[in-house]
Amino acid sequence: MYLPKSADRRRAMAVFLAPSFIGLILFCLLPIVTSLVYSLMDYDLLAGSMKFIGFRNYSRILTGKEFLQVLGHTLTYLGLYLPFILVLSLAQGMVLNQTFRGRGVFRAIFYTPVITSWVAAAVVWTWVLSGKYGLLNQMLAPLGITGPAWLSSKFWAMPGVVIAALWKDTGYYSLMVLAALKSIDPSYYEAASIDGASDGRKFLSITLPLISPTLFLLLVINVIYGFQVFESVLIMTDGGPGGATSVFLERIFKYAFKQYKMGMASAYSWILFVIIFAFTLIQFWMQKKWVNYDA
Amino acid sequence: MMPRRARKILRRAAFCLLLCLMALVTILPFLWMISSSVKSSETIRTIPIRWVPENPSLEGYQRVFNMQGFSFGRATFNSLLLSILSTLVQVVSACMAAFAFVKIPFKGSGKVFGVYLATMMIPGTVTMVPNYVILRVLGLLDSFTGLILPSLANTFGVFLMRQAILTFNDSYLESAFLDGASLYRVFFVIVMPMVMPTLATMVLLAFMGSWNSYLWPLIVLTSTDKQTLQVVLGNMNSLYKNNEHVLMAGAVLTILPVLAVYLLSQRKVDSGIALGGLK
Repeated sequence: MYLPKSADRRRAMAVFLAPSFIGLILFCLLPIVTSLVYSLMDYDLLAGSMKFIGFRNYSRILTGKEFLQVLGHTLTYLGLYLPFILVLSLAQGMVLNQTFRGRGVFRAIFYTPVITSWVAAAVVWTWVLSGKYGLLNQMLAPLGITGPAWLSSKFWAMPGVVIAALWKDTGYYSLMVLAALKSIDPSYYEAASIDGASDGRKFLSITLPLISPTLFLLLVINVIYGFQVFESVLIMTDGGPGGATSVFLERIFKYAFKQYKMGMASAYSWILFVIIFAFTLIQFWMQKKWVNYDA
Repeated sequence: MMPRRARKILRRAAFCLLLCLMALVTILPFLWMISSSVKSSETIRTIPIRWVPENPSLEGYQRVFNMQGFSFGRATFNSLLLSILSTLVQVVSACMAAFAFVKIPFKGSGKVFGVYLATMMIPGTVTMVPNYVILRVLGLLDSFTGLILPSLANTFGVFLMRQAILTFNDSYLESAFLDGASLYRVFFVIVMPMVMPTLATMVLLAFMGSWNSYLWPLIVLTSTDKQTLQVVLGNMNSLYKNNEHVLMAGAVLTILPVLAVYLLSQRKVDSGIALGGLK
């Protein structure tokens, strides 16, 4: 591109890049380094004391009883959430892929929970899931089911949070599925019809393999986000009842901003990062078995 | 074997049923929220559900605006102001950086862009604690400046705008330079208007993102007159446990602005999802 002088050019480059790059250094790169440093410190923000203690934060977390519980709760969340979010967004994506009148309206309806803030959604779902007068239990009553007081039961609190999350997230992931479905060449289906393939056969042999890269992406993203589930839990249960829904981010948040143990909080977030990284690697390694990139 | 026509009708019916069921499940909690918000403390708990209350009451809304301790109106103003400012900061800084990467390439710019991409993989959790400490050191805790400052580093925005700027032709810029325009003038008068479609998408995503954000405002802004709508609503959830009509009124008022923005610009938002593929 034509530009007057190289001195001007260098200055202009600096000016244009500066806001973003200074932000990146100050709030992204520097924090990564300091976070690692903090995780090796006994750092109490309120007292202002900072003492090097090596890997003791890590060993304290990893050998504590709490860690296994938190990991268990998070895995429970993922175990309940993942199968449903995959099936529901697949189903919704396929529904939206049909032609019918008023499709735009339905798309807008499905997307409304996504643009709703988690705070508002959690406030509404706390009331929906409330014991006797809540919407869900009143809907279950005619079916002869007496629903639990979801969020105040140790057993049902996590399923309750998962139901709210499924309601909120399906509309987002179904649009990703829809985009994948739209990219399938219709001639595959035509050829299969001529060969007399049933709908079920077409779904299993054409649709699923061809959108498997998107399903894989969905799985990877959801595992990453699922390990970081937070706002729903904080507002709906605050980790309770009796710690039954305490998850990683809730712990990190409380260590950092209730107890001001910045070292513990930093070590916890690095442990979480390693866990997420490991799970993502495993998924990439396993994708050879089921993801199809040939089309 | 059923006749083909009958089978087709049956399939259509099953499809309509599925579609309506999905829409109903999605929309019922919203209807329940609206219905509950116009009930009063006496009528909020009923079996069976009364979707249209006999005596609609605005008690919930009145109490939302007359809370002890924090002001809902003030919080709405704060949220609006912060969302606008943060969107502006994100969009301008991302656009400028994207322009520099594409149109003023320099030695090593590819590597710098690589750093941008790499930081997109670091979870926000890791940087949250140090960012809080940095704001504390800078004396910017509990200030709007401190809340907004980290949005300077919007790596996703840089990525999005870079894609847009890559597509347009240098000849416009060259003729402007030949006419004696400065680089800055070219950026604001030619580049910004030409990437308007992508810019609009980014504005919408950034606005909705900052309107809905919770964790960062919760930890940075501590004085009650600075808190945002989401934080106030979150606090209300534990304070108004048995006054669901007040909570639902608060939720309605929190959702409305962003819903309005979305409905007015549905297509832009959808195309943003297609562009980003990620949040």
